[in-house]
Formats: sequence, C-alpha cells, structure tokens
Amino acid sequence: MTTVELASPKGGFGYRHPRARLVALLGAPMSWLIVIYLGSLAALFLTAFWTVDGFTGALVRTFTLENFVDVFTTPAYLWVMARTVGIAVAVTILCLLLAVPVAYFMARIATKRWQPLLVAMILTPLWASYLVKAYAWRAMLSPESGVIAWFLAPLGIGGPGFGIFGIIVTLTYLWLPYMILPVYAGFSRLPDSMLDASADLGAKGWRTFRSVVVPLIFPAIVAGSIFTFSLSLGDYITAQIVGGKVQMLGNVVQQNYVTNLPFAAAFAVIPVLIVLIYLAAVRRTGALDNL
Amino acid sequence: MVNPVAISLRGLTRRFGDVVAVNSIDLDVLHGEFLSLLGPSGSGKTTVLRMIAGFERPDAGTIELAGTDVTMTAPYARDVNTVFQDYALFPHMTVAENVQYGLRVKKVAKAERVERAQAALASVRLADYEDRKPAQLSGGQRQRVALARALVNRPKVLLLDEPLGALDLKLREQMQVELKEIQREVGITFVFVTHDQDEALTMSDRIVVINEGRIEQIGTPTEVYEHPATAFVAGFVGISNLLDPVTAEQVIGRPGTWSVRPEKIHVHLSGESAPAGHHCLNGTVREVIYVGMSTRFVVDLPAGGSLMAVRQNSEGSTDLGHLRGQSVGLSWDERYEYQVADRI
Ligand SMILES: Nc1ncnc2c1ncn2[C@@H]1O[C@H](COP(=O)(O)OP(=O)(O)O)[C@@H](O)[C@H]1O
Ligand SMILES: [Mg+2]
Repeated sequence: MTTVELASPKGGFGYRHPRARLVALLGAPMSWLIVIYLGSLAALFLTAFWTVDGFTGALVRTFTLENFVDVFTTPAYLWVMARTVGIAVAVTILCLLLAVPVAYFMARIATKRWQPLLVAMILTPLWASYLVKAYAWRAMLSPESGVIAWFLAPLGIGGPGFGIFGIIVTLTYLWLPYMILPVYAGFSRLPDSMLDASADLGAKGWRTFRSVVVPLIFPAIVAGSIFTFSLSLGDYITAQIVGGKVQMLGNVVQQNYVTNLPFAAAFAVIPVLIVLIYLAAVRRTGALDNL
Repeated sequence: MVNPVAISLRGLTRRFGDVVAVNSIDLDVLHGEFLSLLGPSGSGKTTVLRMIAGFERPDAGTIELAGTDVTMTAPYARDVNTVFQDYALFPHMTVAENVQYGLRVKKVAKAERVERAQAALASVRLADYEDRKPAQLSGGQRQRVALARALVNRPKVLLLDEPLGALDLKLREQMQVELKEIQREVGITFVFVTHDQDEALTMSDRIVVINEGRIEQIGTPTEVYEHPATAFVAGFVGISNLLDPVTAEQVIGRPGTWSVRPEKIHVHLSGESAPAGHHCLNGTVREVIYVGMSTRFVVDLPAGGSLMAVRQNSEGSTDLGHLRGQSVGLSWDERYEYQVADRI
C-alpha cells in the first residue's frame, strides 16, 4: 500500500496562524485601550483612595476611604449629584421628545431624495465648536441683553436667565443630534409591513406606536440615551457658561483637582459609576442585545 | 339570503407616477371561494390586495366588502386579514403574543384570547411553539404563524400575498395542500396572490389572470388552462403554443391566432395519417427535451413559428433523441384548439 501525499495548498501566514492574525488586527488598538484608556481610569480610581496632607498639600499615598466617605456624607455634594443626574435625565427626555418626531419624519415621511439632506442638516451643528454653541446660548439666555428676555419683555415676564433651565436647554441643543441619528436609523430599519400588519390586525395609530413601533426602535432610543445621558453627566463647561451659580459634578471636580487631587478623583468616579449603573439597568431590558 | 359576494371591486385603479399599477379592475369574489390572482411580477397583484386590505388608496373605483362600501375605510376597520409575503411577524413578541395581538387589540378577554390562539396554532400544527420568538422558527413555521395570526381573528376574507414564495419546493407543495385543507375547514374566502401558475391551478376555485394592471381572464383552473381567452393567458398559464394567423388559415381554415396545449398534440412519424376529426400539419423537430415523466418536442413549422408537443413516457422507448432534425406530423383533436384574442 502506498499513500499519496497530496500537496496541500498553502494559505498565507495569517491563514495558518489565526491567533497571529488577531494580534496583528487588534494589537495596536488594544494596547491603546489598555494602556491609555483603562490605565488612566485605573490611575484615577487609585488616586481616589489617597489623601493630601493638610499642611504641605503633598500627596499621601496610603489607602483610605476618607474621600468617598466625604463625598457620600456631605449634603452639598449629594445635592450636586442629584442635580446632575436630574439634569442628565431631563436632557435625555427632552432630546427623546424632540428626536422621535423629527427622526420619524426624516425616515418615514420625507422622500428618499430629501433624506441625505436632512441627515446632513442634523449633522451640521456638530461641525461647530462646542464653545461657540454654548456662548451662543449664553447670549440668548442673558437676563439683560438676551434674545429670549427681549422677546418676553413685552409680555411682562423676565427671561429664564442663567441656571438649571439654561443648562438643560443648552445641553439638549448640544446633544440632540446624538439622539436623532440613532433613532432615525431605527425608524429606517423598521419594515413598512410591520406597521401594515398591526393596522391589519385592528390596531389604530397610537396602539401601533405603543405596541410595535416603540418596542422595535427601543434599542435605538437606548443607544441615543446613552450618549445624551453620559455626555450630560460629565459636562461642566456648559454649567460654567450658562449655569450661573448652579454646579454640576464636573464643576466640583474641576474646582478641587489642583488643591485636592484625591478628592477630585473620588468625585470623578461617581459619574463613571452612575453610567455603569445606567448601562447595567439598560442591559437588563435586553436593548443592548441587538445594538 | 346572505349576499353571495364577499368582495366587489368596480373600476379599481391605482397609479404610481406614470405607472398604472392597477387599471380599472372589475371583480366579484364569492363567499367561501378560493380565488387566485395570477400574473407575472409587477402586474399589480400586490397593489390590488393592498387596496382591498386598505393599505393603499385607489385613485378611482370602489371596494365593497359583503355589500358595504369600504373604499375610504381605514385598514383597522376592515373585516379582512392579510398574510404578508415576508410574514411581518413582530420580532419582539413570542409566537403566542403574535397570534393574540389582533384579539388583544379588540379587547377580547384573556381566557378566550389564549384559548383561541392555542386553537389557531394547533390548526397549523404549531401548538408547542407558543413561547418561541419568530427568529427561532424556520421559514415554513413562520409562514404558519402568520397564517394563524390572521385566522384567529375569524375574518370574512383572508388575503395572502405570495405566502409560499419564500419556501423551497417540497415545503411549498406540502403547504399548498395544507392551505387548501385549512380553507375548506374554516370556510373563509381566500384571495391568494401568486405568480406560480401550477400553484394557482392546483389550489384555486377560480383564477384571475392579471397582466399590466388589467384582468386578462377570470375562470376556473380548467377554463383558464384549456380555454385561454388571450394570447397572454395562453402563454403565461402553461406553455405558450400559438398558431399565428397564417398557419391557422392553412391548418384550421379560419383566421386569427389559435392555441393548442402541448399535451393535446400527437407526434407521428411522417407517413402516418391523422385520425378523423383531427387537424394536422408537418414540421421539423428542432429539439427533444427529456423531462422525466414526459418528453417535449419543439417542432418548427414550415410557415414560421413553432409548436411544442408533449408525450408521456409511459410506454415504448423513451430515448427519442434520434428524432431531432426529422420531419414529423403533428395532429390534435379539433375540440382542443381555441382561438385567443390578440391582446385586449
Ligand atoms: N409604492 C409604490 N411606489 C411606486 N411604484 C409602485 C409602488 N408599488 C407598486 N408599484 C409599481 O406598480 C406596479 C405593480 O406592482 P405590484 O402590485 O407590486 O406588482 P406584483 O405584486 O404583481 O408584482 C409595478 O410596476 C411597481 O413598480
Ligand atoms: Mg407582489
């Protein structure tokens, strides 16, 4: 008996060594993620357990929970947290209320010819600088010379001025595209026959919206809300520009990082925690499964 | 007496821009009948169905369901249900929730809802699949869920848009039999859209042949197959076998375009004479095609054009390839030739 050795066609190096191929593909981005991204987060987390010497201002590298105890027991800080979460929730809800009808129009009413144009129009504000847009709102909201105050003056009402309202309006304006785009994509993916089927089975518009449309675009809404919620949570510049005396989480961090870096770090961990809690809650709804 | 007409369409017309998708259609569908809309892709079948369901507004004409004008009635208020070509099952609901949806919308009490949904799923042999999501079902199973979801509402009329189009041949043939059985059991009027002539012929009580938005012929499967009213029907239902006016004048002795079904044509070797009452002519065999159960001959005619003849391979030698290029005689019983209108 003789066996015939068949010449096997040779694949490239990557074909014969799938692991090597994976390393080549992901090596650079993974080291970036691990070293720079996770590394800085870890450093932040670590710093949060240190303290500062009250007299010299030097870092004391001994493990302590003091900063976290401080953060969670000082009523003023708890208020800042509650306020920031409240602002982020309000911004997310406002963005949602504005984005759903706009995205619905873009995806299902506007003709094919208009759709790319409308998407471009939604994207346009993203090309303008964050600061310019925030200052534009400062100009609008200004209690003395603002456009809004000027409009309301004949009615005998003062403008809203600077404060929580200003922050919410400005953040909603800033993050709205991040909600519209995923919801628009969600509506575009929704098959027409799904809506027809619902009507065919006796459902009127509102019923179809509740039972079919919302569940099907829910993952898109969640995707948008992750943007608007986390971006709002971490923001402090808008609060500085249109917030008046109102402080958000980021402002507290910013005020402390020079004098007390460990405390600022402990405070900065909080939005990270909140976003993680939010993601965990969202995960339970199953919306992330087919994102 | 109940009105025997379940659906009545009068002058139904729908345009999309310059395209006249449905062109002034008149049609009466009877209670309890299985009616097929048969036509090539783009002929307007879906548009007719969508107008009956209410998804599409006609530009002209009226639609009556059981004697009531519903032309301007919204889909949710019409007593019809649709089985969509892509099934359109709700992906976020389980099979049971999908089937119960129509009943839930109509606020049927939970106990009855569950019971009826179970019965509907049992009737399509999916009783054990209640808790699955549509994504976990095969194509044939999804098709049956869509059917159960529609039937559970006990509509007067069920509209089906190429419901078997996505299934493979074996499953499709099996579902054809099952659908027909279900229709007989529930006694609901079925309007069934298909582009597959075999499907229409095997399942329907009556067939409506549609082309370019117009009705070419309405009739029973036998009528449509054996008496095609137009050249289009002769060509679309079954194999096109037309005698052009010149040949017809010579062979039949009457003017116009005529049609004979391939299986009605006998092929003889030249020299044999045709029996009495038969029309015959000679031609040259261009092609011999063996298709298992039968053999097809394509025979070129002297005055141009060709005829197809089919011979069952039930007896004798089945390898007839040697006939290619030979001169043969074709004959058929006069009763099986039909004059067709050139194009209405
Ligand atoms: N929503 C629509 N917009 C534009 N044209 C359409 C639309 N629906 C159907 N048509 C056109 O109408 C004609 C008939 O379509 P359809 O009813 O889907 O045919 P069928 O179901 O017989 O394949 C086709 O030419 C098609 O392109
Ligand atoms: Mg169609």
